[in-house]
Amino acid sequence: MLSRRDFLQVAAATAALVPGGWSQAFAQQRLTQAELLRFEATGNVTLLHIADLHGQLQPLLFREPSINIGVGDAKGLVPHISGRALLDHYKIAPGSAAAYALSSEDFTALAKSYGRLGGLDRIATIVKAVRAERGDRVLLFDGGDTWQNSYTSLITKGQDMVDCLALLRPDAMTGHWEFTLGTDRVKELIEKLGFKFLAQNIRDTEWNEPAFEAMATYDRGGVKIAVIGQAFPYTPIANPRWMIPTWSFGIREDELRANVAKARESGADLVVLLSHNGFDVDRKLASRVSGIDVILTSHTHDALPEVVTVGKTLLIASGCHGKFVSRLDLDVRDKQVKGYRFRLIPVFSDVITADSEMAALIAKIRVPHEKMLGERIGKTDSLLYRRGNFNGTLDDIICDALLSERDAEIALSPGFRWGTSILPGQDITREDIYNATAITYPATYRTTMSGARLKEILEDVADNLFNPDPYYQQGGDMVRVGGMSYTIDVDKPVGNRISDLTVTRTGKPLDPAREYVVSGWASVNEGTEGPPVWEVVMRHIEKKRVVAAAPMSRIRVLQR
Amino acid sequence: MKRSFDRRQVLMLGAGAAAIAALGIPGGPAYAKNDYEEVIAKFTGGKTPTPSKVKLDLPEIAENGNTVPMTVSVESPMTPQSHVTDVLVVTDGNPRAGVATFHFSPASGIAEANTRIRLATSQNIIAVAKMNDGSFFTASKAVKVTIGGCGG
Amino acid sequence: MSVKPRIKLDKKEAKKGDLVEVKALVSHIMESGQRKDRDGKTIPRKILNKFTCTVNGKEVFSADFEPAISANPYIQFRFRAQESGPVVLTWIDDDGSKIVGEESIKVN
Repeated sequence: MLSRRDFLQVAAATAALVPGGWSQAFAQQRLTQAELLRFEATGNVTLLHIADLHGQLQPLLFREPSINIGVGDAKGLVPHISGRALLDHYKIAPGSAAAYALSSEDFTALAKSYGRLGGLDRIATIVKAVRAERGDRVLLFDGGDTWQNSYTSLITKGQDMVDCLALLRPDAMTGHWEFTLGTDRVKELIEKLGFKFLAQNIRDTEWNEPAFEAMATYDRGGVKIAVIGQAFPYTPIANPRWMIPTWSFGIREDELRANVAKARESGADLVVLLSHNGFDVDRKLASRVSGIDVILTSHTHDALPEVVTVGKTLLIASGCHGKFVSRLDLDVRDKQVKGYRFRLIPVFSDVITADSEMAALIAKIRVPHEKMLGERIGKTDSLLYRRGNFNGTLDDIICDALLSERDAEIALSPGFRWGTSILPGQDITREDIYNATAITYPATYRTTMSGARLKEILEDVADNLFNPDPYYQQGGDMVRVGGMSYTIDVDKPVGNRISDLTVTRTGKPLDPAREYVVSGWASVNEGTEGPPVWEVVMRHIEKKRVVAAAPMSRIRVLQR
Repeated sequence: MKRSFDRRQVLMLGAGAAAIAALGIPGGPAYAKNDYEEVIAKFTGGKTPTPSKVKLDLPEIAENGNTVPMTVSVESPMTPQSHVTDVLVVTDGNPRAGVATFHFSPASGIAEANTRIRLATSQNIIAVAKMNDGSFFTASKAVKVTIGGCGG
Repeated sequence: MSVKPRIKLDKKEAKKGDLVEVKALVSHIMESGQRKDRDGKTIPRKILNKFTCTVNGKEVFSADFEPAISANPYIQFRFRAQESGPVVLTWIDDDGSKIVGEESIKVN
């Protein structure tokens, strides 16, 4: 019997030979650490980028979206190409390691072949290798969404992530979910961070003055590099504002222009935006703010194997949950990027060796909780995942839990883009549930809402996702529903996208005038009460023993 | 203690609901129109302002409809010969159109003001600048007041 | 009760012709006149409706406020430094009362 490592090499070697840079490496070569790290170095600067770890320290399964609709100018462009179309776009062979890492195609089968991706100990190996190769030319950046959304990051209030990242020695980070730890904790962690937390777009609500350092400069390979941080612009809208009442965010294009000008005036040869805007916002921003050489994008969790260019600006998207490390080599001369080479390095955990120092720290963090987190609470008969514009199968299970455990008619669950995937036939562990629910405001409320109000909520969230102008998008996916179904026409204007609202149990239309008992979680309002969502979901699965959900059973999507 | 929920306290009812509460109106349809056109006509004496020179800076999505930061600025040398005298700011979706009128002179040196405003719902904010030669310029910006939540 | 406004100037001394930035915050409910109390009666409007800034007695900036200005109104603007003297900020309430705050600028 072949070991997984042997199998990976065989699988990679037998994959179809296809043209094109990234996938070709897999198709033609064996999947080995040396091959994953192979890079023909160029120029005088190397940027490494990781983003959206969401508290994940260990290798995991994460299914990329099968539905990721682009609207307005982004229609039909990456990252709004998914599944088979994405493979065709990048000329990636179906069934290849690249196909598994980057798309939702054949996820279950390929996950069994290629195994888990990520693990901060594997990432550490990659970072160390690149530093060893490139010496003082390297900068490492963390795009944020690092400190929250796993069990250990929740109970240590982000300390586990901060300690592990400290070993990785990034040069700067920015943030989003970090802010759900509240003002005081964020300040406390930043104080002892050992590297810069940059956010040019946060001001204090009282005096309208910068609340964080906007920019840091570095000398690498004889190049003066200015890095400007951009935190998630809609943090106080998407997440509880009451946790950070004295900070005001926003895109703040004018302030960014001023900071870019300031960087250039102070002699920067290269200007980098470390951004948590989300890809479509960054693509628009790149077309409107000149003078940025590189945007390291994040927030929307897109993994793009090639650089996207907007004018002279290079945009890279490094995926999420530690699945990838981006390496961008730049040849910077005369204050211009004369050339570059890029690789989105997939962190195949069975191929890349764990760094022992980081592995030891992760083990130390996890030891006290490992037994509890590994406890089996049930089993799934179908693939469970969240990522995608609409209800994932795991969201369906969460909504079912809210309906049954909170005795509700309708369930609402947030369209977070994070959370790990569980294969059919696998046991569901406590950790699997925490990976999809670990937040600092987990209360499951139970209340009544009219049918009209429910439609209003769906319309409002739909506009935050499908407004044709990315600056008016919020970057999360659509709110998930249970107990009802609907049709959405993404191209319609705000207030007109949602129709056919139907109560599942009765098969009747949702009555705008009737009050329905609704349960949900992740309310942005202070003082929300109810049991934490993970308790509710675990109880539900423990009672059911075996769960299953079919993809997209509740929503019909129209797009012209 | 079991706490009873006010309708406005439930999930995801953030900025929009709060702003509506402050202005004391029920949540009307987005982009409902008020008397802003008449208010502008009164300010310009019926002249149609030119869409130029004025810049309105507001967030695309309001964090809190009760207090939305707004900066208005007008391109002008601000000399005795050529300057901005007044800038009217109105909205088309609040129960009443008026927001503020700023008064400038060459002593101001620059025609720019920043304040914080109430927005009951998603709507347009419109600024009209009056120059000392009697000409008018304008700009507008749409701000979304959203229920919030569910992001990330 | 007199309210003390909080005022920030970005500089205490300026060269003639420099722009000086003023930021000011004042505590006030800015009651819009559109809210109803528990009995359904309209709560009467009570806002600061006028703001003026003078430097050495000369007006450099003023504003008329409507009920759409947020509670605890914030105002930020700039003026061109011409001469040294007091920078006086005045808010006028619907009830006729005034809130006054003062800083000073030295112009070299």
